[in-house]
Amino acid sequence: MTQTNRLNGGQIDRNTSLSFKFDGRSYTAHPGDTLASALLANDVRLIGRSFKYHRPRGLLTAGSEEPNGMVELRTGALKEPNTRATTIEMFDGLEAKSQNRWPSLKFDALAVNDMFSNFLSAGFYYKTFMWPAAFWEKLYEPMIRRAAGLGALSQEADPDEYDKGFRHCDLLIIGAGPAGLMAALTAGRAGVDVILADEDFTLGGRLNSETFALGDHSASDWAAQAVAELSSLPNVRLMPRTTVIGAFDHGIYGAVERTGDHLASVPAGKPRQILWRIYTQKALLCAGATERPIAFENNDRPGIMMASALRTYANRFAATASQRVAIFTNNDDGHRTAADLHAKGVTITAVVDVREDAPTCYDYEVLKGAQVIDTKGRHGLTFVEVALADGSTRTLESGALGVSGGWNPNVHMTCHQRGRPVWDDALAAFVPGENLPVGLSVAGAANGVMSTHGALQSGAEGAANALELTGVLPDLPEAEDAPVSQTPFWYVQGCKRAWVDQQNDVTVKDVKLSYQEGFRSVEHLKRYTTLGMATDQGKTSNITGLAIMAEVAGKSIPEVGTTIFRPPYTPVPIGTFAGRMKGQEFHPTRLTPSHYWAKERGAVFVEVGNWLRAQWFPLPGETHWRQSVDREVRQTRASVGVCDCTTLGKIDVQGTDAAEFLNRIYANGFAKLAVGKTRYGLMLREDGMVMDDGTAARMAEDHFVVTTTTANAVSVYRHMEFARQCLYPDMDVQLISTTEAWAQYAVAGPNSRKLLQKILDPEFDLSNDAFPFMACGNVTVCGGLRARLFRISFSGELAYEIAVPSRYGDALMRRLMAEGEEFDVTPYGTEALGVMRVEKGHAAGSELNGTTTALNLGLGKMVSKKKDSIGSVLSERKALVEPDVLRLVGIKPLQPEDKVTAGGHLMNSEGPVDAAHDQGYVTSAVYSPILNSNIGLGLVKNGAERLGETMRLVSPLTDLTVEVELVSAHFVDPEGERLRA
Amino acid sequence: MHDLVAITALGGTDPHVDTVGGVTCTEVPGVALASVAARMGQEDNTATSLAKLIDAPTPDIGRWAGTTISAFWAGPDQWMIEAPFDTHEALAEQVKTAMGDAASVTEQTDGWTRFDLNGDHIPAVLELLCQLDLRKLDPGSAARCSIHHIGCFVLCRTPESFSFYGPRSSAGSLHHALLTAMRSAL
Repeated sequence: MTQTNRLNGGQIDRNTSLSFKFDGRSYTAHPGDTLASALLANDVRLIGRSFKYHRPRGLLTAGSEEPNGMVELRTGALKEPNTRATTIEMFDGLEAKSQNRWPSLKFDALAVNDMFSNFLSAGFYYKTFMWPAAFWEKLYEPMIRRAAGLGALSQEADPDEYDKGFRHCDLLIIGAGPAGLMAALTAGRAGVDVILADEDFTLGGRLNSETFALGDHSASDWAAQAVAELSSLPNVRLMPRTTVIGAFDHGIYGAVERTGDHLASVPAGKPRQILWRIYTQKALLCAGATERPIAFENNDRPGIMMASALRTYANRFAATASQRVAIFTNNDDGHRTAADLHAKGVTITAVVDVREDAPTCYDYEVLKGAQVIDTKGRHGLTFVEVALADGSTRTLESGALGVSGGWNPNVHMTCHQRGRPVWDDALAAFVPGENLPVGLSVAGAANGVMSTHGALQSGAEGAANALELTGVLPDLPEAEDAPVSQTPFWYVQGCKRAWVDQQNDVTVKDVKLSYQEGFRSVEHLKRYTTLGMATDQGKTSNITGLAIMAEVAGKSIPEVGTTIFRPPYTPVPIGTFAGRMKGQEFHPTRLTPSHYWAKERGAVFVEVGNWLRAQWFPLPGETHWRQSVDREVRQTRASVGVCDCTTLGKIDVQGTDAAEFLNRIYANGFAKLAVGKTRYGLMLREDGMVMDDGTAARMAEDHFVVTTTTANAVSVYRHMEFARQCLYPDMDVQLISTTEAWAQYAVAGPNSRKLLQKILDPEFDLSNDAFPFMACGNVTVCGGLRARLFRISFSGELAYEIAVPSRYGDALMRRLMAEGEEFDVTPYGTEALGVMRVEKGHAAGSELNGTTTALNLGLGKMVSKKKDSIGSVLSERKALVEPDVLRLVGIKPLQPEDKVTAGGHLMNSEGPVDAAHDQGYVTSAVYSPILNSNIGLGLVKNGAERLGETMRLVSPLTDLTVEVELVSAHFVDPEGERLRA
Repeated sequence: MHDLVAITALGGTDPHVDTVGGVTCTEVPGVALASVAARMGQEDNTATSLAKLIDAPTPDIGRWAGTTISAFWAGPDQWMIEAPFDTHEALAEQVKTAMGDAASVTEQTDGWTRFDLNGDHIPAVLELLCQLDLRKLDPGSAARCSIHHIGCFVLCRTPESFSFYGPRSSAGSLHHALLTAMRSAL
């Protein structure tokens, strides 16, 4: 297929041909093309269908501001909808499809919407689909969504990889046009660390789109030379294909680098995109300006484009939308397009200039004081109707129409921290306001400096000022410095359907209607009409919308104000924000020291925060988890079981004031705990609620090892560190976490002593006298390995916890299993652990739920009145100590097989079942293989005084009603004889 | 001598070694660690004793120093002491002896896992992993940072050699993060 609209010149590599497909048809292109330029070169103007009315649409721009030319890029799981053809760098084998059409782009059945446009004006769905209400969610909304919209997702997981990264510099320059390049040269030559980022794959900005000279070079050659010099500077980092998407707090900028989007396939292990977080003291915004359209009747036909875009396609990409082009402008820049296209051999059918005093060119006709009043052409522009100054009309046969309504500075980034732009009367455009993000300044067209010389100069000065550079600024190349003034001309009066926002199918009439219907705030205008929404965020439409609003309101544009600009500047794939944090890598995984051994044993694991813990250890023949768990409980209570409890937080507390510090942290007393002893401790929050429980073992006068629950390991450490630094700065206390350093195993059951004695070195006596309940100490095992031993019990059995350096944890577990064979030892997981602690009536996470006090948990007496500790005063609040406060009880169904459900509520045996008569709730529920019954723990009003009472356990959600008896929470060994055995 | 066999943080009997694009990532289990925190009013004494122990000036904020026994800064008046495991398994005791009552000492050997990266272009890997300002990371630097949500220390030994310390239980996740960044950047 020949590229019929390919011109001469341009920055494409004609020696190499690339093939690509659009809607299944093959075309050729060259390196240096975008999909958009290649389509134009191949005489393809029709690219998609519009959002609401399914009108044929083509390209409007040549940049990232594109509202119309969106395609589905690539296929299968790699398909990416709503990709702007103007930013897709051509590669061999590229495949793209038009979107929002059925069955085909040329014949789109839903184009029928356009015939009913009177019914589909702004806010139509708020008005039309009112009744019946139930139909909205089920019928109307899905219907509208199917008919309207953009591209379709693949519905498959994104197979690409994305990275996140961090870079630092002294000056971040956003945009590599004339201002950005000059700023980078100024700062780079001064030796400071510079990052120069630009969304394009070729740096230079509009210099690559223009034919004028900079000094002795063409604009693009000068840009290339500047880039070459910058590349040679070790302190300058060039980041092409990188969009700075937002200005965030503390000098942090987000930037998306498209490292793989220009490749046919991303190499294995390499990212498609990288989300950079750039830290910088100073940033210079050189984002340039966006040309704004003029709205007129049927201004959305394929072939009607921004004049500057036509110029870019011709000069940079050697492509034209048509061989016959008309220009509609209100400023001199439009004439530049005409001149450039004319020089490339394109026929200029006329330049239509709204100004009576428009400049004249003798090579083609300039229609002064004229306006475009309509266009024709079903799938692409064929004729342009012009109202001449004398009131007559002319028809121009043109396949393309370049529109120029002036330029809007790209102020977006200046507003990312709630700054508001200010109106510049001379430019008739918004320019950056005073209230910029800290450290950010603006140069070039983004700052309203519209000439090339001005851009170069402000770039150099911007960098020098930002960095406080002294000395002479670099010489600037001679460049055009024409004065720029823009007289606004927003839309042609009297038109019926003139498009303001082509992406959202918003017309001039819609904007007026919105005002008429009472939407006076510009933010309301946006929501009601959807003007400025979606992927382009109104880069080509917002100002026109504001201007129309101002006109109907009888206000000035600055009085109407703008909507706020938010990051990201251009759309970012969700995968880029996720980076590597997906699937199994969504969060770090923590493995216990016995993990590999447990895996060998076929353990079933459960996530506990970031930890993976063994939940139970199935044996051959066990087909249901309950079989394994029941067995583990029975074996442990009958003989001995071993459980990895490394995950419990361990905090090393040292210092001469360590004991007094713990005395204040814990509600119960610790000052007098003897060396070699462990004590159960209860920690309250400031508000008197229980924060955590655990043990503290006194290893020496000035050394404790505090344990926390697994869930609260971090929060307790943080709490203690806060107390140390802020509440008790005069205390000599040092804290450090040792959770990971020690592999700690609970060895529980009547034979635990016998098992441990086999691995403990002979000099350590484990007898009840030598090492009684709650004893602790340093020991050695297996022939001299240092270890710590604690006689504490969560299961209620005779039990110990033994700790060795983590690297030996795997070997110790294997040793315990081997040595325990004669006792029929079993490993047990978190399920059996949970069953045994409920049987014993120990409170755990389900009971320490942030709303319970020590009194609630039956531990009220632990809150010492003899000392002050965190939370002790507020735990005495009246409402917390009323006689009928919730108290921890055991719950046993009258029929053992009846289910006890955690979360179920308890009601009196007679009377209504409703919230007003609620007596409490079940916190934990398990099946006890020891009691052969379902059992639970619960919190019941005045529960301690109601043991023996029969109640109803109800769960209306699951339609459950069970008769239960309130019993002591200590189902097993209530006197604690076993653990002291 | 006890007869329990140690495993590395990644679960092997031998250290894990991976090479990507000329950079080698080596699991380093052969290191003993102990933390030192000065007791109240004993800050100067601690610094003095520490300098003697590591035979080098006590490292300042964000620095490491020493030879066989070295130390890196971990917080205000807090350091982590490193030494070869084979010869210093009882490092905590040795450090406590050296510090006396001036400081609190805690064994940290197995609280951490260490990976060393050796080769060219390590900064390209590092910038995908952590937010550190690599311009300021020179030989002698020791910095705290978060790598894929894992709290780590990064030590620059030479421009071609870096050590990463992360929590032992997260060794697999940290190793994955390092390798992923190596494959991406190199």
